[in-house]
Amino acid sequence: MMEVNGSAMIVMAGKNCVGIASDRRLGWNKQMTVACDFQKVFQLNDRIIVGLAGLGTDVQSLRNLLRFRMNLYKLREEREMSPKAFSAMLASLLYEKRFGPYFVEPVVAGLNEDGKPFISSMDFIGAPTSAEDFVVQGTCYSQLHGMCESLYRPDMDQNALFETLSQCLQAAVDRDALSGWGAEVHIITPEGTYTRTLKSRQD
Amino acid sequence: MDSSIGIQGKDFVILAADGSASQGGFLMYRKDVDKILPMSEKQILATVGSASDREVFSEYIQKNLRLYELENQIHMSTFGLANFIRKELAIALRRAPYQTNLLLGGTDDSEGPALFWIDYLATLQKVKFGAHGYGAFFVLSILDKEWKEDLTEEEALDVLRKCIAEIHTRLALAAPEWTVKVVDSNGIRVVEL
Repeated sequence: MMEVNGSAMIVMAGKNCVGIASDRRLGWNKQMTVACDFQKVFQLNDRIIVGLAGLGTDVQSLRNLLRFRMNLYKLREEREMSPKAFSAMLASLLYEKRFGPYFVEPVVAGLNEDGKPFISSMDFIGAPTSAEDFVVQGTCYSQLHGMCESLYRPDMDQNALFETLSQCLQAAVDRDALSGWGAEVHIITPEGTYTRTLKSRQD
Repeated sequence: MDSSIGIQGKDFVILAADGSASQGGFLMYRKDVDKILPMSEKQILATVGSASDREVFSEYIQKNLRLYELENQIHMSTFGLANFIRKELAIALRRAPYQTNLLLGGTDDSEGPALFWIDYLATLQKVKFGAHGYGAFFVLSILDKEWKEDLTEEEALDVLRKCIAEIHTRLALAAPEWTVKVVDSNGIRVVEL
């Protein structure tokens, strides 16, 4: 189920910034590529970006559900949701469907109020992992892990973080048939979010 | 298995779908089925897949769109319609899935032409060209090569002829007849290739 459409994403922490990189391929049943600009990364508020790796339809359904829940939280609480609360909510939403799950493995990139990065990922039934350095998800999970472990160093500034994320993602997806075909990187800093689309191999 | 093709041009969208109604991979009931239904004055939906799901789903969307227009006194945009279709498919997916793949083409006065690829799992993507079915394996590469920005209708129909010719050459059990419709600012037209 997770390999029907294909995906690859990384979230990495820097010094007072956090970045998320994702591929853009929409594949179909491991047989062909339908589009190279499929959106899998969604900025939900100024300080939270979620990347949804997995089955395309559930990526879109879950994105709508998350947008709804964020808006509802904002109306009720009259404040923005923190990344930690968001991650907990997402895990709970996924577990609600324990016996008929969304086939999506999310990664969360957030910046806390104090500017410190927050990273988490979970499996498709909501088992969370938080990390200090990076998390990865996707069809080339192992490749991504290897690249990140090699190239990561702590306390990177946003330019170094961008470079590292780009190199890690592109090297990993080049060794996976189901992901790649375009890449985008978003860096959240206290000043704002910077998005760049990478020129990558289209194969 | 039936195929469909969609191409977005400068200010129009062309949808083509084969005319077959078949069973068991070898029996052809009919070869002249029109699988491209008008949703509104300037939106058309090509559905391929299981025959009953195809007809039921496209009529369901057509009638609900009309209801929306009557209730809200406003024309729904192509993007809105695409998302409405996706939502209906996504809800049905975990109850009683529709086994239909869709291409939605339409023009809006403000937005211009738009083509949406929607598969039976309710994955939605806006595309410049798209295809469903076994035919997709052959035509996507042709479209990658031949499609360019601001195609005129003649150019787009030429590309479409190449695509259909390739399907006839290489797809075993390819349907002989295709329905082709164009939607532009003047409305919906049937085109003879």
